[in-house]
Amino acid sequence: MSGGDRLSVALSGRVGGFALDAAFAAPVSGVTVLFGPSGSGKTTILRAIAGLARIGGRVAMGPEIWQDDERGTFVKPHRRPIGTVFQEASLFPHLSVRGNLDFAAKRAGPRAREEFDAIVALLGITPLLPRSPAALSGGERQRVAVGRALLTAPRLLLMDEPLSALDRATRQEILPYLERLPEERGIPIVYVTHDVAEVARLGDRVVVIDGGRVQATGSVEEVFEDVDLHLGGERAEDSVVVGAQVVRTDAAFGMTRLDLAGQILSVPFSGLADGSEVRLRIRARDVSVALDRPKAISVRNVLSATVERIVADPDTAFAEALLSVGPVRLRAQLTREAVAELGLAPGQDVFALVKSVSFDQRPFAPPGASG
Amino acid sequence: MIDPALWSPIRLTLELATVSTLALLVIGTPIAWWLARSRAPWKDAVAAIVALPLVLPPTVLGFYLLIALGPNGPGGVIGGLFGLRSLAFTFEGLVIGSVIYSLPFVVQPIRNAFAAFGDRPLEVAATLRAGPWDAFWSVALPLARPGLVTGAVLGFAHTVGEFGVVLMIGGNIPGETRVLSVAIYDFVETLQWREAHLLSAGLVVFAFLVILSMMLVEKRLGRRSGL
Repeated sequence: MSGGDRLSVALSGRVGGFALDAAFAAPVSGVTVLFGPSGSGKTTILRAIAGLARIGGRVAMGPEIWQDDERGTFVKPHRRPIGTVFQEASLFPHLSVRGNLDFAAKRAGPRAREEFDAIVALLGITPLLPRSPAALSGGERQRVAVGRALLTAPRLLLMDEPLSALDRATRQEILPYLERLPEERGIPIVYVTHDVAEVARLGDRVVVIDGGRVQATGSVEEVFEDVDLHLGGERAEDSVVVGAQVVRTDAAFGMTRLDLAGQILSVPFSGLADGSEVRLRIRARDVSVALDRPKAISVRNVLSATVERIVADPDTAFAEALLSVGPVRLRAQLTREAVAELGLAPGQDVFALVKSVSFDQRPFAPPGASG
Repeated sequence: MIDPALWSPIRLTLELATVSTLALLVIGTPIAWWLARSRAPWKDAVAAIVALPLVLPPTVLGFYLLIALGPNGPGGVIGGLFGLRSLAFTFEGLVIGSVIYSLPFVVQPIRNAFAAFGDRPLEVAATLRAGPWDAFWSVALPLARPGLVTGAVLGFAHTVGEFGVVLMIGGNIPGETRVLSVAIYDFVETLQWREAHLLSAGLVVFAFLVILSMMLVEKRLGRRSGL
């Protein structure tokens, strides 16, 4: 796969009573998330990329054109080098787990057959091979479905809300497997979800879709720090996603110290090795602002920051401040009253109080990514 | 006990039912597939034609078949190619009649089975590089197995129990068209009660076993195919 290839999608047409008019291009590397509420058209776009839905337009990856209505090109789904994981695992009930995997491997090239053991081990499904799909848990089924898609030796992996049919605990069980895929298998992924947490955790770049149209495109950092955008449609989900590095671990207090743009951020012990890269998700509602460095306060993380922008929502009590901490940006959810009383304005130096962060071990942009 | 007057219709009936069932599966499966998947507007008309034998008296069907298979019908033309004057009153004619008569009993369960699993397994098969023909054999047919088994059993049993159509197009030629149901009729007409009893009781047992085994098979397959 050449690093410069791009997946370009331009679709417009009606599906049922729904109008779709969406175009985007994304580098073929890492995870591109199609994000939007249910009914926004993201699944239809994914199905059109797979060739399972027919909507007018053009779909191409690098030099390979899968659909171009102007030239009358439409490659049948079974001839596209794409693996697809559906919302429900959709394993074939008449075949065992091994039979399901063999179904894919048999029809892919000999290279895929050589990879059988590696893929099965990667997904931790070796002990499941002789079982019937009916005897698997939801999480196990979805792992087998991912393995089956990988065994087709795809050059692009499409995932349609693969976690949404699973309960919370099962999602946490599968996420690590999904996180490893782009790096370990070198397969670019287009991932459909309506879950902001999944975007923050898995995405390298995001295409925000609503009402059949593309609302925003960009890297995960860019899209999250866009204060005019409320991903998931609610303020509670407003957040930023930033990269940080583990500096050291304080075993006595069970804290991990992270380097965030030259300042230290302390989080409860993560078990991560010193020097490892992590991505943090910091919610706007967990960030407060003070004009002076507060003393005697339980909040551990006080970062010096500069106010970059303030967006007040006149319909509600709230305002949002975009703060810069060196090259990193934070969003802080404040009340309009607080903004007025503190006299906050762009350019002002303030202190950002970070009450809580969630993080995971996946760094941004896999090696060789061009996005 | 091995009276050829009894044995010959039993053997002939089993032969007819076996050949007819195979023909029914070969013809009925593609029809069922098309009815389950097509969006053609005239699909319902085709479904109605296939279902006609459910409503028509066998004599009506038999009457038209007699004309079609006779020397002046298409059956006579085809028969001519094989040196026959007509297909009426032949074993081949009986097979044709049985297939048409039993078609709805075979098509319906297979069609239901194809419709039951929906588009998803076929979409999955396509994303796993299986072309339409490949997906039909490797996914659709195995998933429709309970329907295929039910269709085959119903087709076989229905052919065994057929009377009106056989009488119209086959007559009563021993060893050629004299099947069980006709033989029983004949024995009753000629007051051979013992023979009529033997064959009739045998058919009652046969029908019971067919229905029982079908229910058991369906129960087992139904359990297996549960996701």
